[in-house]
Amino acid sequence: MTGEQIIFLIVGAVTLIAGFLVVTVRNLVHAALWLVATLFGVAIIYTLLNAGFLAVVQVVVYIGAIAILFIFAVMLTRRQAAETGPAMNKNWWGGAVVAVLTFAGLAFLLQTWSGFSKTAAAIPSGFDAVNQLGGALTSPAGYVLPFEVASVLLLAALVGAVYLAFNKK
Amino acid sequence: MIPLSWYLILAAGLFSIGLFGVLVRRNAVAILLGVELMLNAVNINLVAFWRYGDISLMAGQVFAIIVFAVAAAEVAVGLALVISVYRRRNTVVAEDLDLLKW
Repeated sequence: MTGEQIIFLIVGAVTLIAGFLVVTVRNLVHAALWLVATLFGVAIIYTLLNAGFLAVVQVVVYIGAIAILFIFAVMLTRRQAAETGPAMNKNWWGGAVVAVLTFAGLAFLLQTWSGFSKTAAAIPSGFDAVNQLGGALTSPAGYVLPFEVASVLLLAALVGAVYLAFNKK
Repeated sequence: MIPLSWYLILAAGLFSIGLFGVLVRRNAVAILLGVELMLNAVNINLVAFWRYGDISLMAGQVFAIIVFAVAAAEVAVGLALVISVYRRRNTVVAEDLDLLKW
């Protein structure tokens, strides 16, 4: 077993455990902090996949913005954060069955696929993933249109969020 | 080297955990936390397929970036909705919001 595999197994186990705690912990502030742990694990997975730029974006956007936004929302709805009722609804076993069946179905479908256990080709020397990504995002032959549509979507979300949360009094 | 299967199984597990959270949690903020886990699982798959396929085709990473943008928009609007509902109804429990239920 190589060092890379050991790192993957440790990080993967931590990510899954932290993810499980996100959905089961009762206190929502703790759940948001476990989400930060999960997102860090996913950032390390990106690094293992040689996608360093995405790992940085994951830390800056997901942990720096989204997780903090969650903590703000939990604090703004504070009286309900430590709610008196149960954390899960009464059909939680149905949800557990659906989740386990989804996982089993995905795992079964994937292991019937021929490319399931293939290994990665070595990265050619001089290959600059960040340079390639920047080129793909801004060249008209690449993905400049989805990139611009994403910026319009973010603007619409910004206006929508301000409008929804605005106190009309 | 790590086989592709490890990444796919990890992503499937993370997706199922997120699905469980979305289905069973009562608090609307906790449901959005589950959605975040599912989006992250999808992103692991996208980046893994980029790495294990033709590495010069950047579609996998570009898709992951678009998913980041959509996730940020989704969280901003979703949490604004939760806060707006909390102001009007004084609750964030999803099953109390049954205005459209007969």
